[in-house]
Amino acid sequence: MYSVNYHRANSVADAAKLLKTGDAKLLSGGMTLIPAMKTRLAAPSDLVDVSRIAALKGVKVSGKTVTIGAATTHFEVSTDAKLQKACPALAELASMIGDPAVRHRGTIGGSIANNDPAADYPAAMVALGATIVTNKREIAADKFFKGLFETVLKDGEVVTSVSFTAPAKAAYQKFRNPASRYAIVGVFVAKGKATGKDDVRVAVTGAGDSGVFRAKTIEAALAKSFDPAVVAGAKVSADSLMTDMHASADYRANLISVMAKRAVAAANG
Amino acid sequence: MSDISLSVNGRQVRATVEDRTLLVHFLREHQGLTGTHVGCDTSQCGACVVHVDGKAVKSCSMLAAQASGSTVVTIEGIANGADLHPVQAAFKEHHGLQCGFCTPGMIMTATDMISRHPEGLDEATVRAELEGNICRCTGYHNIVKAILAASQAMSKASKPKAKKAA
Repeated sequence: MYSVNYHRANSVADAAKLLKTGDAKLLSGGMTLIPAMKTRLAAPSDLVDVSRIAALKGVKVSGKTVTIGAATTHFEVSTDAKLQKACPALAELASMIGDPAVRHRGTIGGSIANNDPAADYPAAMVALGATIVTNKREIAADKFFKGLFETVLKDGEVVTSVSFTAPAKAAYQKFRNPASRYAIVGVFVAKGKATGKDDVRVAVTGAGDSGVFRAKTIEAALAKSFDPAVVAGAKVSADSLMTDMHASADYRANLISVMAKRAVAAANG
Repeated sequence: MSDISLSVNGRQVRATVEDRTLLVHFLREHQGLTGTHVGCDTSQCGACVVHVDGKAVKSCSMLAAQASGSTVVTIEGIANGADLHPVQAAFKEHHGLQCGFCTPGMIMTATDMISRHPEGLDEATVRAELEGNICRCTGYHNIVKAILAASQAMSKASKPKAKKAA
């Protein structure tokens, strides 16, 4: 790791101010950033640690509205009793990230700001129609994620929380890379209220060549009938899917159907 | 450079470290606690697992500066004097190791796992929870056996009246 200056922020305002130092980067759980710095893939001049800011921590559920602080760890999300009731699919997704030690450190804000194309949270945020709240604005998840490791976040912007309306039904299914255990394909399915044009949302991670995306053909089929059987008839194009040593685009296209089918079955319980 | 202050195995420690110092290097090189190992150095193998504020973490993926103000427990801090911790004793009893390199991380992961599952553990849960700890010798069978045995021994110890279950 190259030399770096560590700063611990006491508040979001403090973090935003410290971010102006040199080529500073925010540090939350550090489960991606620290390994990237060790291999010198990342070499920020300064690190601004936001993981101890109390205002960024915790899960709040009020009626159907769920708000999760950006520095809430995967472990805290997966074990929060209120969330397990309001949106068990998201708690379960968090329990499937990395391993227990990683879940004790990694945070939801860090994960979405990093926007790894195989990360789990982006699929949940898009499928749940979540709002990403920063120190400057509120951004719809549909607009937040941009390509590989890219978001619409600007310099000096700090993700503070995410919020969404708890869906009536939801589930996440992922097919893991057997070695890295990241998603080769992960599909989050959410069904909202009985009516409305965005009633069913299906978001896919691990497969798109520019990151998370919505599987609109599957959404359309499921909007008519929320039944795993209709998924097979909704073909997913392999056109903008990734091909790498682990899986071809065609293979991923098929996996999207399979994972979506399983997710709908799980959501229907 | 950062001035850090943290509790390590019950002892309050102050030091001035380079900001890029990883917690594992601080423990091994500054504190002489070489029980915590560096296996893969890419946060996959779990040989470096220690407890920070009561939670198992990979000390190769955390800066010492991030741990300032925290309570850290390493493999050296879990035995009670000459008496092994029940998880250490179970690893010995069940031959839960061969070369022993992964063992400190395995044991720190196991103690964290057992404390998060007071209801008890089954084999599938233990194997799933060991996702972040790699052992290249044992094939895991005896590690899983040791953790299950330790979990049982510890739940009996915390409920001394339920002796008949043995």
